[in-house]
Amino acid sequence: MDRHQVQRVGFILLAAVAAIVVIPILVVIGIIAVEGAGALSWEFLSAMPRDGMRAGGILPAIIGTLWLTLGTALVAIPIGVGGGIYLAEYARDSLLTRAIRLAIINLAGVPSVVYGLFGLGLFVLFFRFGTSIVAGSLTLAIMTLPIIISTTEEALRAVPTEFRTVSTSLGGTRWQGIRRIVLPQAMPGVITGVLLGLLRAAGETAPILFTVAAFFLPRLPQSPFDQTMALPYHLYVISTQVPAMPDEIKYATALVLLVLVLSMNVVATLIRSTYRRRREW
Amino acid sequence: MINSMSGDIQPKVSIENISYWYGDVQALKDVSLEIPSHAITVLFGPAGGGKTTLLRLINRLNDLVDGTRMTGRIWLDGEDIYGPRIDLPTLRRRVGMVFALPLPLPGTVRENVIYGPELAGVVDPAAQDEIVVRCLKQAALWDEVVDRLDDSARSLSGGQQQRLCIARSLALAPDVLLLDEPTSGLDPISTAKVEATLEELKADYTIVIVPHSIQQAARIADWTAYFLMGEMVEYRPGEEIFVYPHDQRTEDYITGRFG
Repeated sequence: MDRHQVQRVGFILLAAVAAIVVIPILVVIGIIAVEGAGALSWEFLSAMPRDGMRAGGILPAIIGTLWLTLGTALVAIPIGVGGGIYLAEYARDSLLTRAIRLAIINLAGVPSVVYGLFGLGLFVLFFRFGTSIVAGSLTLAIMTLPIIISTTEEALRAVPTEFRTVSTSLGGTRWQGIRRIVLPQAMPGVITGVLLGLLRAAGETAPILFTVAAFFLPRLPQSPFDQTMALPYHLYVISTQVPAMPDEIKYATALVLLVLVLSMNVVATLIRSTYRRRREW
Repeated sequence: MINSMSGDIQPKVSIENISYWYGDVQALKDVSLEIPSHAITVLFGPAGGGKTTLLRLINRLNDLVDGTRMTGRIWLDGEDIYGPRIDLPTLRRRVGMVFALPLPLPGTVRENVIYGPELAGVVDPAAQDEIVVRCLKQAALWDEVVDRLDDSARSLSGGQQQRLCIARSLALAPDVLLLDEPTSGLDPISTAKVEATLEELKADYTIVIVPHSIQQAARIADWTAYFLMGEMVEYRPGEEIFVYPHDQRTEDYITGRFG
């Protein structure tokens, strides 16, 4: 084999690997879409569940997931982005920062059910928030933090040091350089991190299991201290806990969750590409 | 040219017994020199001689580097710039810096020029416009960018970018302008323009420059210091150092017998 043939074989292998990654995703989405499309209707999206969840709609689960994602964002974005800025721009290499980094890496590896139990202990019981959107959002936020912190830190580190030096040489404080130059340039990466984190939070079941999710609650949440249904948990419930559940409704629920998550993803990509066009390095 | 120092009794910048270390590596060894105002002072010598380090000590940009140590003092108009009462942003506004590579900030030509003044609190658009025009003219760039003020600074040529960086430093109306091989990435025509700009600027500013060649040093120097491995070997007015070097090491370098 000459080197051109070697190259061609290499390309084919890489294309095959890429296909192996992409095909299962498409198959999963395809099956869910085909199986669930029949049960999708305006009523399914806008009505309360009826008949032991075997009929009616999933509105409370949709609204609940939206509330939880919003709550998670409110807590996790400022703390996560702030932490990333601290680690990338301010923290010197010391025992403390190394401990912080180690903690972040380990937090990212903690199983989500452990977060759920932690949230139950701290937010539901100790802080007496009860089973509520507040407790669930805080639990999801803590789970999301490591992702947001480490992607923010990476995005900031990718911005050339020279910009900071130039800003300093022009009489800028460290924070002025970060706010006016570094952070705007790192924005695509920061947004990616935030979204990866929030998407994961929106789809998780275990952390909300003990902290907020209601098995069956055919009304919308009345306050942040109310319980709520949520899509991932609802899907788990109707798939495993309810006898004689029509398959179509399970697939349709999964489809709604998927579309919700994917559309957030699309919005993120759009925001990101607008920022990227303004990137200058 | 040789008399440029006689008009001013007090030097603009006094470097007094400066030694400097990066970790265990000594970059400057007991360097002392006095930099006169309204003149071009050239620091030249082979790479690793400590020229850039010295430059960065004068506006305390080396504060950004961890694990360094310094002894000695640097005075600006009789004020100890490493003293406890120095405000660093104010110091850096008085002592501007132009780097070896053109480093435009993200944003437009105009935004680059007003970045420093804006941080210093100049927000009035008319005042900003005035600064933009004045500095781009001073940096001999105005005619080339008059229609491109709102274009990305990155869209300029390398030579234009470097003059933009000079304009950006001038926008703060500094007393002292430090330039670290400002023409190293430029073609001869752009280099000539930058050098001509510096000749004009020295009427209003004190200029300290690390040149990118011996020829450039000889062309623009009012005062010349030769640095070798952290030591200042010689410091003389004008072209004297190139014509009659007193130290054998200086002569070796100038005549190409170095190394």
